[in-house]
Amino acid sequence: MTLKVNGKVFTAAEAALTVAEVLQRSSVANPEMVAVQLNGEFVAKEKLAQTPVAQDDEVDFIYFMGGGAKRDI
Amino acid sequence: MRITGDIQERLLAHARREAPLEACGYLAVKDGVLAGIHELTNCDKSPEHFSFDPREQFAATREARAKGTSLEAVYHSHPASPARPSAEDIRLAYDAGKLYVIVSLADGHEDVRAFWIKNGQVTEETLEVVHDDRL
Repeated sequence: MTLKVNGKVFTAAEAALTVAEVLQRSSVANPEMVAVQLNGEFVAKEKLAQTPVAQDDEVDFIYFMGGGAKRDI
Repeated sequence: MRITGDIQERLLAHARREAPLEACGYLAVKDGVLAGIHELTNCDKSPEHFSFDPREQFAATREARAKGTSLEAVYHSHPASPARPSAEDIRLAYDAGKLYVIVSLADGHEDVRAFWIKNGQVTEETLEVVHDDRL
């Protein structure tokens, strides 16, 4: 199966994969801290492990970004 | 890491415009140089915190991709404190692949510095300002 993950070609030997497995293979260390879109549609965190991907799907993920000056060290 | 003079100035301008609130966004790399800026909304609208809107993050990512650039740095401002990562910045730096750029406007002095933050460890990256009209 060939997908695009964050714009880059992603190839897997398996014919069936879930979005969660794609994230795992993309070395996402904190899957709970990413937002995911499958073909441009958000996938809820609780559905990542149940949502299958298909040939030529596009998976995009971004990390939560936040912080701030409070508690400066 | 190199950054164009134009982008550094636009970074500072965004921080000045949002002050006293924190400004935030992405910087895009082209030909190995920080040569693009994507201003994002600070959802926290706070002088002490920032967070990105995921919808804007995806939109910026696709826009950068369409331009042949990649979003390799995240920036935010510290309107009244130094340009170094706070404890909160370090705790929330989940994407170790991004360069974290901090703009300080503290005490009327403008400063821009960059850091890698991996597993709670902070390493400063020197920013070299370049002037190249081709970028």
